[in-house]
Amino acid sequence: MDIKAKIIDEEGLNRTLTRLAHEILEKNKGSKNLVLIGMRTRGEFIGERIKNKIKEIDKSEPNFGVLDITLYRDDFRTRLKQPEISVTNITFDVNDRDIILIDDVLYTGRTVRAALDALMDLGRPNTIQLCVLVDRGHRELPIRADFVGKNIPTSINEEVRVRIKETDGEDAVYLINVPS
Amino acid sequence: MSLSSRHLLGLNGVPKEDIQLILDTATTFREVLERPIKKVPTLQGKTIVNLFYEDSTRTRISFELAQKRLSADTINFSTSTSSVKKGETFKDTVRNIEAMKVDMIVVRHKSAGVPQYLTRISKANIINAGDGLHEHPTQGLLDMYSIRERLGKLEGLKVCIVGDVAHSRVALSNIFGLKTMGAIVSVCGPLTMIPLGIESLGVKIYTNIDEAMQNNDVLNVLRIQLERNAGTRIPSLREYHKYFGITSERIEKQNKEIVILHPGPINRGVEISSEVADGPYQVILDQVTNGVAVRMAVLYLLGTMH
Repeated sequence: MDIKAKIIDEEGLNRTLTRLAHEILEKNKGSKNLVLIGMRTRGEFIGERIKNKIKEIDKSEPNFGVLDITLYRDDFRTRLKQPEISVTNITFDVNDRDIILIDDVLYTGRTVRAALDALMDLGRPNTIQLCVLVDRGHRELPIRADFVGKNIPTSINEEVRVRIKETDGEDAVYLINVPS
Repeated sequence: MSLSSRHLLGLNGVPKEDIQLILDTATTFREVLERPIKKVPTLQGKTIVNLFYEDSTRTRISFELAQKRLSADTINFSTSTSSVKKGETFKDTVRNIEAMKVDMIVVRHKSAGVPQYLTRISKANIINAGDGLHEHPTQGLLDMYSIRERLGKLEGLKVCIVGDVAHSRVALSNIFGLKTMGAIVSVCGPLTMIPLGIESLGVKIYTNIDEAMQNNDVLNVLRIQLERNAGTRIPSLREYHKYFGITSERIEKQNKEIVILHPGPINRGVEISSEVADGPYQVILDQVTNGVAVRMAVLYLLGTMH
């Protein structure tokens, strides 16, 4: 891993998630109708933490689910490796709820497109709002985030790597070089 | 992770990792089947032909549903309504269908080895939906999935296949698959229905059903295949039921948990009593639901392979 910079450290990540939780509550006037859905893999853990923050602030626990979007990908014909699929775990009704869709990095927007299709197959939510830890630009679809942890302008030859304690052993966001 | 072969012709020789991958992938599709919209766009633009040279209700509907729920385009072909009646050969029929650009062929045929032959004359992915008395791999997979769902594992489990083993392609697929997954497999039935030399596959033979029930965790009860003249191998259906039929009295006598599978269609009162077929020990309708998920998994894994 050719690290260019550490953009967010453990304390920074914690502060960012606290702010995101406040912003979500402010915009939605509380957590009453909220549903949090994290996208596998890292969105799941970031979502879980935002859920805990909301619980602390608002004293009520919003529903939390995990979405796997593999079946909705648009690159089955072009990818060389078959993607591994896992299970979507959303056990509550999403009809008429306000969904906060949570992911680690927003890049081309294609994953979010797939997630929107997947969510629509589960019902008709009142709203879907997008919350990402990092927005790195380079969108290929008309998609934007409602809640952004940090905007990081990047070049195509860079990559944003989010590392989360639950899967990677540390809390940090790195900017790394990818050999082109 | 991908499967090691681009066809599913049988479970004989399929590595453990492949079976594991199919069963794990099926869990994902099981969740899709519980949604209000039971459809995902994964196989959009793929064309699949269901080539059925032999009658089928469950398997054909199950495959067709699995294909539709993956958004593939499907064509159904059955011999009774096609040019096979006009004398077109199998090879010509397949060549013509292939010329219409299809990606996958699901085939059922009364002769063993037809799916294998298809791989030589067609470029499509071939899935065996039952060939003669040979194999029925997706049935074997869904049986394993259903057992795993009920008992949490396959390794070390004792599974007995009961009844008309000689006429059963389900039996062979079960034996191959279950043994690969580490289960201990046996068969039980009148010796006229047990093929000679089946011990060479590493299965034990029981001729007493009570003894078989005592020594096994799972019974996979096969149908007496009257359309294949199974009646000539037993004195009468009543006698068969008396000595080998699975009844609640027999189960209660065992005083232990036992799981009953049946691939359908059921001959009620012959190989299994109505009470058992509708009772708490059976997973027969779960098998049917799981069948769609398992077939979706197979279609997905083969259809998105490069």
